[in-house]
Amino acid sequence: MRDIGSKGAPVEVLLVEDSPGDVRLTREAFARTNSSAHLSVASDGVEALAILNNEPPHADAPRPDLILLDLNLPKMDGREVLAHIKDNERLKTIPTIILTTSAAESDIAKSCELQANCYLSKPVELDAFENLVKSINDFWLTKAKLPPQNGPV
Amino acid sequence: MTDVLENESYTHVLLVEDSPGDIRLMQEAFRDASSSIRLHVTCDGVEAIAFLNREGAHANAPRPDIILLDLNLPNIDGREVLAHIKQNRNLKSIPTAILSISENPTDIATSYQLQANCYMAKPAEWDAFVTLVNSINDFWLNKVKLPARSFAASPALPGNLCTSKTPQTPRSDSRIERKL
Repeated sequence: MRDIGSKGAPVEVLLVEDSPGDVRLTREAFARTNSSAHLSVASDGVEALAILNNEPPHADAPRPDLILLDLNLPKMDGREVLAHIKDNERLKTIPTIILTTSAAESDIAKSCELQANCYLSKPVELDAFENLVKSINDFWLTKAKLPPQNGPV
Repeated sequence: MTDVLENESYTHVLLVEDSPGDIRLMQEAFRDASSSIRLHVTCDGVEAIAFLNREGAHANAPRPDIILLDLNLPNIDGREVLAHIKQNRNLKSIPTAILSISENPTDIATSYQLQANCYMAKPAEWDAFVTLVNSINDFWLNKVKLPARSFAASPALPGNLCTSKTPQTPRSDSRIERKL
């Protein structure tokens, strides 16, 4: 286990998001909140899985400490990406947070059934968005103990 | 006795914890954090599963909105309780947070492998305990969208549970008095 952020090791966050505006907001909010968070971005589900499985051209992609996953994505949607992560022995331990504009009960129920670690609704206002990123940082990168990088011991 | 409508509007937290001191701290910290939380306490793994399956004395137990689970418990330990929850079709969507004194990487990895929603180390100091409970309240009970209680909600809050307002079960009561 590592002490996230306190010993200079960057914490790797994978954001799976197709909206360039939301990518930018998330990047800026993380930059202001936690300078040791390193954000990688996949803009669709296929790219997300390629990064997670270290397929070319992502052979050197680091294993994320935390995944922020939108539900509605091109090529392969977030539900399928989530199912893949949580069905895979090597990937299932990575905390995967659903971050989506949808607040539909069916999306929440489905995501929880697929073992998303938590479900967050993306606010439309700038301040609320930044607050949410701060909350993610405060809980997941400060309070929670994340799994060791090398998976199960 | 709480009426049905009032009970429905509460957030039900199930704490699975055998240490009377920690139970007391959690009750006080949650009471201070929010008046809309009902904290239910089961003191070992067997009782936790009975509560979740509404068996015996727990026939009217509400479906918890979130479970805070210690790892080291008498009878059935927390890992087994977690595996039971996450392998059960009706229970697996309930967010289950591990709250343990252990910071052992094996315990952390095993918990995530068993699909714990998150893992938190239980602090030893009261102030840090309060801060942790506040952050559980702020994040999990205010920011996170919890799944609907798809399982039928119970008709009423049973009177024999360790909630913050109703009396403790005789068992945990006597244990708390013995130790505190």
